[in-house]
Amino acid sequence: MSFLADVLAWFADPVNWSGSGGIPNRVFEHVQLSTFAMMIAALLGIIPAVILGHARRGGVLAVAAVNIARAVPSFAIIALALPVSIALGLGLGFWPTLLALVALAIPPMFTNAYTAVRDVDPGVVEAARGMGMTPAGILAKVEVPMALPIILAAVRVSAVQVVATATLGAIVAWGGLGRYVIDGFATRNNVEVFAGGLLVALLAVATEVGFGVLERLVEPRGLRMLRGQEQVVRPAPT
Amino acid sequence: MGSRPPYPRSFAPAVLSPLQSLRSLGGTGRLARVSDVMISLRHVSKTFPGGTAPAVGDLSLDVPRGEIVVLVGPSGCGKTTTLKMINRLIEPTSGEIYVDGELATSVEAHLLRRKIGYVIQQIGLFPHRTIAENIATVPTLVGWDEQRIAERVTELIELVGLEPEMADRYPAELSGGQQQRVGVARALAADPPVLLMDEPFGAVDPIVRSKLQEELLALQDRLRKTIVFVTHDIDEAIRLGNRVAILNVGGVLEQYASPAEILAEPANDFVAEFLGSDRGLKRLSLIPISTVDLDPGPVVAPGGTVEEARRVMERYGTDWFAVVDGDRMLGWLTEDDLRGAATVPRSGRRFRAWLTRSSSLREALDAIVSGRTTMAAVFDGDRYLGMIDVDTISREIVR
Repeated sequence: MSFLADVLAWFADPVNWSGSGGIPNRVFEHVQLSTFAMMIAALLGIIPAVILGHARRGGVLAVAAVNIARAVPSFAIIALALPVSIALGLGLGFWPTLLALVALAIPPMFTNAYTAVRDVDPGVVEAARGMGMTPAGILAKVEVPMALPIILAAVRVSAVQVVATATLGAIVAWGGLGRYVIDGFATRNNVEVFAGGLLVALLAVATEVGFGVLERLVEPRGLRMLRGQEQVVRPAPT
Repeated sequence: MGSRPPYPRSFAPAVLSPLQSLRSLGGTGRLARVSDVMISLRHVSKTFPGGTAPAVGDLSLDVPRGEIVVLVGPSGCGKTTTLKMINRLIEPTSGEIYVDGELATSVEAHLLRRKIGYVIQQIGLFPHRTIAENIATVPTLVGWDEQRIAERVTELIELVGLEPEMADRYPAELSGGQQQRVGVARALAADPPVLLMDEPFGAVDPIVRSKLQEELLALQDRLRKTIVFVTHDIDEAIRLGNRVAILNVGGVLEQYASPAEILAEPANDFVAEFLGSDRGLKRLSLIPISTVDLDPGPVVAPGGTVEEARRVMERYGTDWFAVVDGDRMLGWLTEDDLRGAATVPRSGRRFRAWLTRSSSLREALDAIVSGRTTMAAVFDGDRYLGMIDVDTISREIVR
């Protein structure tokens, strides 16, 4: 019990709530880095995925992306990103962490966005073409809106992963909530390690919930109905 | 837009089609005017990449303005390929296609398609858009103002027989039949002169299909569009087509004529086999009752004697007779109903099948067979016209 009391005392200590080493600033750093990483990864992952999905090409790429993502652990990505960052003259801290997080976030978004667009009901796409919509129009007004729920779900999964992994940035001298964990280990302060871990977990859960709410808000109403209907067993038209 | 075909419009198509030459020989005494033909396929062929045999080989076909032409044939006959070449969802390997006198390739494909309605079996409504938004697709693409689009959507929802409040619903809330009505409304939205329909009623159950066919014919009576309709169902082809093109594997046109002509004189064994052994019965569905003579039938006026009723039944060889007052049908009775009665009463059982002059002989036959009798009553509104009997119908089959 005394351990938990120590953790509570740590949270109650005003020292831990102010300055550059305080919780607010660490959370800010953590969120800032995660947001940058997600924005870059979304641009690099989703846009080509959507275009390839529209063309119904590049399935091999999508599969390879998943496999790579599964094979390489996050820690290894940071380790790999560090020499790259140093070679590029970007140094320690922010950049190698960002690089690693971007590399981590791209595969799930790429693969899901790709399959979501590729698997849009071909009848709907054919009707759209037959009515004289342009390829860009079909992509923007039919395929992307219809794939949106899956794309957003992939963004959510990536975001949670990024928030959790941004902790490792502290190893390469970045701030964020990982500082508590890494510094706690270094000074054998288990209370600080635990508190840091707890904060990361809370932030990850908040990310999950936040994106979940966003998905509900953005998902087109007609698609939600379609999904509800699919849960009811219905014979497919032959 | 605005690019002109490389020849004066009145000269296209340059080649006189078989249909035009037939017409020019028969009756009118002059060459059919070019504008009578809405869609013209000239020596069109399509070989898909990697395919050895052409899916469609050297097909020439004219679709007259304002008619329904049905492309029908077994799988692999290239009917869908042919249809999709008209709106350039598939580009022909060789040959030319003219739509309303203009070479289809003279405009950009997506601009051509906006002037051609397209209905497919999968329906393909946009699930994330409301019914009204779905219908508004092409008018929005061609830049109609909001007011005009809203009016048009309301008009179309009514035209295809949907409820006005469905405008704000989503496709997932509609039944299959309702969805395809929206599909038709969406295709008609910008009032295109041409409609392409690719097995549009293939995925709905037979009862809904029959209803949708009926509605399409009623719609066509009002709109007079040029419709190219693809199906593998010969009955659907016969029911809907002003003309039917029977295609064989590889896009070979075996016969192109009216349903009545095809049923009466199949061009070859393939066509005869495709029509099926019940060809005579199918023909009956094209002949309205109004073309044959009706018999007065086993009728007795109310107040007539029982003796008279018995004589009538004996003469017609039936075990029932109809009670008719002038031209009012009161119903039918059997001999048992007369037991104990002195005269024929002013009542009777209602006829189950009410045939009208526009009913087909096939419907008449069906009414007779399902009534387990030899004749059925024909009406004009409430007015009794007479009876049609099996002999009359069978004479039409062998004719």
